[in-house]
Amino acid sequence: MPLALELISPERLLLAKPVEMVVIPAAEGELGVLPGHAPMIVALKGGLIRIFEHGQETAPFFVTSGFAEITPERCSILATEAIAREALKKSEAEARLAAAKNAWEAVDKNDPFARDQAMAAIATAETMLRLAAG
Amino acid sequence: MANLKALRIRINSVRSTQKITSAMKLVAASKLRRAQAQMEAARPYAERLAHLLAALAPQVASSPTAPALLVGTRQDRTHLLVAVTAERGLAGAFNANVGRTVRQLKARLEAEGKVVKVATIGRKGRDFLRRDVAGRFAFEVSFAGKKQITFEDAHAISERIGALLAAGEFDVCTLIYNRFVSVISQQTIEVPLIPTPIPAEAAAGSGPRAVYEFEPEEETLLAALLPQYLATQIYRALIESAAGEQGAR
Repeated sequence: MPLALELISPERLLLAKPVEMVVIPAAEGELGVLPGHAPMIVALKGGLIRIFEHGQETAPFFVTSGFAEITPERCSILATEAIAREALKKSEAEARLAAAKNAWEAVDKNDPFARDQAMAAIATAETMLRLAAG
Repeated sequence: MANLKALRIRINSVRSTQKITSAMKLVAASKLRRAQAQMEAARPYAERLAHLLAALAPQVASSPTAPALLVGTRQDRTHLLVAVTAERGLAGAFNANVGRTVRQLKARLEAEGKVVKVATIGRKGRDFLRRDVAGRFAFEVSFAGKKQITFEDAHAISERIGALLAAGEFDVCTLIYNRFVSVISQQTIEVPLIPTPIPAEAAAGSGPRAVYEFEPEEETLLAALLPQYLATQIYRALIESAAGEQGAR
């Protein structure tokens, strides 16, 4: 039985199709989701959504952050931003990294939530740059 | 008495005004279609996010360290009213309806002894309310000259609201906008934003709710989810208002 994958950004539904497996960049490490997975709600960090169907991997998407809801039948990915991997641009990733580093300078280091967020933004931009370059 | 010449001039004047309004109608019709498509496209995300919040929030709401976006400041002294209007006029009672609703709400809250601050999104709202709230604008945003509203815009507004809350500038936040009912009708509604009302799940037919595992734990997850939910609600208000504006023309 296939897994119903949905990839949704705030502005539109990007992808909805049955797949064999999807690997998502959960905040605490990559997570492979097969049909019949235990119900979970996870936060995502910047990374690749890797999709497997018909025994092979199809075009992956890069997401900046977001959430995923996993049930035995379904995996819904709510991405804050999602970009097809081929569409990643080095210049954009560099601009984003510079912005994230500036934000880090400005952030109140005593606020643990804001600090974590700023750190996550830098890590996301670094991942984006690495993927865009390679 | 109107002579023949005066009548001719009058006829010409009415004709050219008709030309302008019918051209505006045509433009509005095509803008309306685009705005409606944008509304449709945004629905799946909003629905899923509300679903996640409904699964998550009840477990955290009673905790004393629940995030401020969820429970507010647990006080009810200062209200922030966020009014969404259009950038441009000539849209019937579209902008005036929002302005009037804000005015009434403000009067009611002030009669109860509360402090009311106002934020406006859209130039018309600011102009309408300028005299009522002189000096007590929390912030004003204008999208003049912008063709299409993006989620990024809504996100920036939600961050400003979040920062004001963190600074203790208000306790309760309400959003006022024109909801898109159909092509020919809009309805001005008030939506409570903070404290965040937990979305009610459609109980009938959904059976027993799945028990989720959470990663990271509930509170961390919720702290990340709430700002996003706030931005989604504002985004929805912005695009519904944009569609309604074109519909009203």
